[in-house]
Amino acid sequence: MTEPAAPGRIEIRGLTKRFGDVCAVDGLDLTVLPGRVTAFLGPNGAGKTTTLRMLLGLVQPTSGTATLDGVPYAQLTHPLRRVGALLEASDLHPARSGRDHLRVQARAAGIDAHRVDEVLAQVGLTADAGRRAGQYSLGMRQRLGLAAALLGDPGVLVLDEPANGLDPEGIRWLRELLRHHAQQGRTVLVSTHLLAEVQQIVDDVVVIARGRLLYAGTPAGLEASFASGVRVDSPDRLALVAALRAADLRVSESAAGIEVADTTAARVGALAFAAGIELHELVATGDSLEDAFLRLVADAA
Amino acid sequence: MRDALRAELLKLTTTRTWWAVALVLTVYVPLIAVFLTFADAAARPSTLGRAAPDLDLPVTVASLYAIGVAVAYVFPALLGLLVITTEYRYRTITPTFLAQPLRSRVLLAKLAVATATGALYGVAALALTVPAVAGVLTATGHPTRLGDPGVQATLARSVVAFTLWAAVGAGVGMLVRHQVAAIVVVVATSQIVEPLLRVGLAAWSVTRGVSRYLPGSAADALTGASIYTSAGGAPLLAPWAGALMLVGYALALAAAGAWLTARRDVA
Repeated sequence: MTEPAAPGRIEIRGLTKRFGDVCAVDGLDLTVLPGRVTAFLGPNGAGKTTTLRMLLGLVQPTSGTATLDGVPYAQLTHPLRRVGALLEASDLHPARSGRDHLRVQARAAGIDAHRVDEVLAQVGLTADAGRRAGQYSLGMRQRLGLAAALLGDPGVLVLDEPANGLDPEGIRWLRELLRHHAQQGRTVLVSTHLLAEVQQIVDDVVVIARGRLLYAGTPAGLEASFASGVRVDSPDRLALVAALRAADLRVSESAAGIEVADTTAARVGALAFAAGIELHELVATGDSLEDAFLRLVADAA
Repeated sequence: MRDALRAELLKLTTTRTWWAVALVLTVYVPLIAVFLTFADAAARPSTLGRAAPDLDLPVTVASLYAIGVAVAYVFPALLGLLVITTEYRYRTITPTFLAQPLRSRVLLAKLAVATATGALYGVAALALTVPAVAGVLTATGHPTRLGDPGVQATLARSVVAFTLWAAVGAGVGMLVRHQVAAIVVVVATSQIVEPLLRVGLAAWSVTRGVSRYLPGSAADALTGASIYTSAGGAPLLAPWAGALMLVGYALALAAAGAWLTARRDVA
């Protein structure tokens, strides 16, 4: 049909889940590509967790499919070596040590036991690995969950709210881990309701609300779709205003500079450059990515 | 399947539950047995208006050696139940099914590990009990009867009963999942529902034959008489038939549990 996709491609087609009268996920179509960090955004209750659980074979879709390289998770031969997942950091037996949790997972997945100490070191949990998991802080539980996700050295990471409970240093560490993972050509799908946690490292953004897809594309595209304006100034205001009006932009002058509506800083900069006009200032006055996301979600509600 | 089995074994041995139960069995059962043996040895025919148990009879001695199956069968059942329900209680079932999406394979491994542990408990219940009771018998001038084939068969059957109770417990856990609810089901069924049913069914000639197929009756058939048979209940099945009934209960519960587990969402 088409050329074989790169390994680690997540395909979600027409995915729907109804719980009684409630439609938690409603006809979702989505492709997540390897070599990129994809942020899965949506307010609480948007259907993110249900979508991820269907992708991982834990929840049965009412209709539609979720596959990894064309294969449903439940049919993967060595699932933990293909997909590392972090769902709920509290999925721990309080009387079992952190190391023993990982040993159990390694055995169940036929993964060599030496990986346990490797991933413990990777998430910085070596010193506490022998303690009962019931004594762990939320941040430590989150790290243990990440260690479990990394256990099989998987090509795909699926993480549900991984930054929960991490301190700022932990969040920075997590970002580097995800960035590094994607740079190796692997797939990273990370859900969050706080865009700021992952904003710096995101290549693709998927926004859902009420189980429906609102946006899928680059962060710049999301910003652009809601960009409202740019403030610009030049020693030669007259020429600048003329150039902007020639491009059909709405322009108004103020003491602070020239306000340009419904455009991006990139567009204004390009116009000024093409017209050979020197600029003093070029500032986006519109929405940040966070604002754009929040407005998108608010519009859908 | 090998990986699933090894993982389940490791799960069981990385928390304290299994050996705590084993410890209770190895200590509690011989204490009861020794107490009863002394009581029987000291009994006079007139006491309590009943015939004194005859410690010279192999059947009496056998029931003392295998007293664990009468007073502690709930422990293997609980262990079987915990092997399943603990995973739901702490939601570790999510990583378990992520590592092995074939859920029936997970459940089969759990059933196997629970059953093997039940056998171990059966041995644990005998380990100190047999020497302790034999010691008391010798000290009070009665033969130990340990060479008697009937006594040996009773001991073997008590281990089989422990094994099968663990399997039945695992089956209930698969079906009910919720830990407290599953414990309530086991306790209510074994202590209230079935005793009432046995007495009720036995009171009416048409249903009189049915009560022997209930799980408790089947277990009694396997291990020997109980107070219900002496209280005018229906006659029991043969020991082997009782064992088969328990196997049937365990497999039916596990099959129904596996069918449901394959369809239920893990949310």
